[in-house]
Amino acid sequence: MRLGLLLLIAAVVIAAELPLRGQAAAPAAPAGNVESGKKLFVERACWQCHGLAAQGGGIAGPRLAGRVPAWPAFSRYVRRPTEEMIPYPPKTLSDSELADIYAWLRAIPAPPAVSSIPQLNRK
Amino acid sequence: MAMDANARVNRRGFLKGAAAGAAGAAALTVPSVAPVDAETQLPDQGRLAFTPEQAAQTLAPETAPLPDEPDVMTVADPGSDFMVDVLKKLDFEYIIANPASSFRGLHESFINYGGNKSPEWLTCAHEQAAVNIANGYYAVAGKPMAVLTFAPSGLHHAMMGIFGAFSAHTPTYILVANILDGKERRPAFDWGPHSVVDPADAVRDMVKWDDTPLSLQHFAESAVRAYKMAMTEPRGPVVLVVDATLQENATGDRSKLHIPRLTLTSPPAGDPGAVAEVAKLLVAAESPLIIAGDVARNEDGMRLLVELAETLQAPVVGGGRGMPNQHPLSGGGNVRTADVILALNDDGLYGRLNRYRDQQVRSSTPLTKPDAKVISISSYDLSVKGNYQTVERFQEVSMSIAGDPQATLPSLIEACKKLITPDRRRAMDERGKRLATASAEALERARVECTYGWDSSPITLQRLALEVWDVIRDKDWASVGGGANRLWNVDKFYRTMGAVNGGGIGGSLSISIGAALAHKKHGRFCVRFQPDGDMLYVNSALWTATHHRIPMLFVMQNNRAYHQEVMHLQRMANRRQRGMTLAHAGLTGSTISDPNIDFAQMARSMGAYAEGPISNPKDLRPALLRAVERVEKGEVALLDTLTQPR
Repeated sequence: MRLGLLLLIAAVVIAAELPLRGQAAAPAAPAGNVESGKKLFVERACWQCHGLAAQGGGIAGPRLAGRVPAWPAFSRYVRRPTEEMIPYPPKTLSDSELADIYAWLRAIPAPPAVSSIPQLNRK
Repeated sequence: MAMDANARVNRRGFLKGAAAGAAGAAALTVPSVAPVDAETQLPDQGRLAFTPEQAAQTLAPETAPLPDEPDVMTVADPGSDFMVDVLKKLDFEYIIANPASSFRGLHESFINYGGNKSPEWLTCAHEQAAVNIANGYYAVAGKPMAVLTFAPSGLHHAMMGIFGAFSAHTPTYILVANILDGKERRPAFDWGPHSVVDPADAVRDMVKWDDTPLSLQHFAESAVRAYKMAMTEPRGPVVLVVDATLQENATGDRSKLHIPRLTLTSPPAGDPGAVAEVAKLLVAAESPLIIAGDVARNEDGMRLLVELAETLQAPVVGGGRGMPNQHPLSGGGNVRTADVILALNDDGLYGRLNRYRDQQVRSSTPLTKPDAKVISISSYDLSVKGNYQTVERFQEVSMSIAGDPQATLPSLIEACKKLITPDRRRAMDERGKRLATASAEALERARVECTYGWDSSPITLQRLALEVWDVIRDKDWASVGGGANRLWNVDKFYRTMGAVNGGGIGGSLSISIGAALAHKKHGRFCVRFQPDGDMLYVNSALWTATHHRIPMLFVMQNNRAYHQEVMHLQRMANRRQRGMTLAHAGLTGSTISDPNIDFAQMARSMGAYAEGPISNPKDLRPALLRAVERVEKGEVALLDTLTQPR
């Protein structure tokens, strides 16, 4: 079962990163409030699958930190996910709140380099 | 019925002795019950309060012949001694139980007659834990542990563990004590709490076989049969009802009893003609994929699975302990692009080959190419139970071979080798290079993934896994459940456990203890990632670990919630457009907080070394080093680490 889930996760990430067919340029994301987005990410339970640092990596949601999809794909997927993700209709998460979350995800600083973590470098 | 003649004591004898002893000490006015010479006593009759006639009259009821009611106090050769001899011949290393009067006969025999060796008695505080410890032991030792319990309560407590054994094809050997004969049941004690007309009925739908022997010879034959059936592929749990009266009555003439020799059944191999067809398809395939469930029973099984993959240069998905996780052919491949898919003992095949969505309207669509050939080689097709189902939706396949994969792999490998032409060899080797490159890249990506949230608190599961790996990697380690990361080098068969199931949340703690017990004699360092929800079910199993000196390290994955259920609730709430309310309400009913549970204190109360709660990832390494030191001294250690849920 775990394999199936991992495949689904991979599919989610791939699908979310695909540009929209026939679209010349992705519309810019609405302005969002980073601090509000950080709170909403927890309050609206996004962290439950994606982790508090949006690190993903478990058996549920994929990592979002460092690879946030373009806004059209992101917003569309949150409303109508094509895979296992819990859908977030506007009544649960408004457009402006979603924009805040998006802004926070884009603002997450890069993680430490692999080379700086001894545990990841011992052979 | 044979009895020790010297030990026969009836009421008359007892009275004689008691009266004689009391005569000199007490101011008895009643003459001794020793033979009385009336003539010599007569001159002294003035000292007596009774006349001889009166005395004789008084004594008459005490000295008259008793009704024919045997009053047997001892037995020299109880039936349970014979039962122990039978079970010893089955080579059990351990028997585990929570004590109960229905098997007091067997219990005493195991300790005094059997010398508490082979099997050694393990004490457990709950029958569910007992069965799951046995399940975990098998997952490493490869042979059953015996469990002793009683009907009805003990068996009912054990039921979830038995269901786990059933669903994971684990041959746990369960003895259930019962008092079948109504006249042998003690009033007030044995009618309700210790007697059932057909105890095995409660679990018959989830065991492979059961029997209720009514004689010792019947017991001997059924005990051997039960072991044989449990270990025949596909394996599964068995129940043998052990009557308490049979345990406690005398054996009788031993020369008339015979303990049958145990001859295990060899596993069934797939039909040779069908195997040859499978080989043709695999060798001709451009994108073969091997999907393996619990295939390997031992190191040889692992060697065979690797040999098949290398022969074909085909990726292996799954495989559990049968496939080294960092092998270049491990984990690659894709069901979407595969043209030939070989599934080995995979009872979750439908889930792997289809995309299933748990949205308001559930949907499922195939992931495979329309013309992909799907081949199944499985011993699970030989399972015959219907009530408790471990199968998923019916998966259409092109070929289905009933057979044990490990027993079938040698002929399949040979058939493939014979068909591989130089051209096919070159194509396969090219495929292998591509897969090896992809595997190396995936390993590097896994390393990068760990950096995200590296310093987060609560601690990420990735960091927790890596910190643990960093302190055990140079030891002869074994994971006894949960949490191991792709970056752990699972290079040997025993590094991880086979398919094992506790029948739901609550079984994993005990399973890990059973597994660690099996590793103990090999001196392996055992580590278990322990979720908090699971720990709260039958945490008394920790005491069994400390009591029996089973060294192991528990690292908690304490997210203070039944997190899987949290996510299900979130799904329901969002689907109903009430998600915000639920989040603000604190996810009532699925969190484990207010108060937070002090797992370190819980572990210490049962004799373990413990630290925590640890929420800062920087505190992990020193705590781990201290805990490792304790485990290497033979102790149980637990670190209560606060982690993120996923």
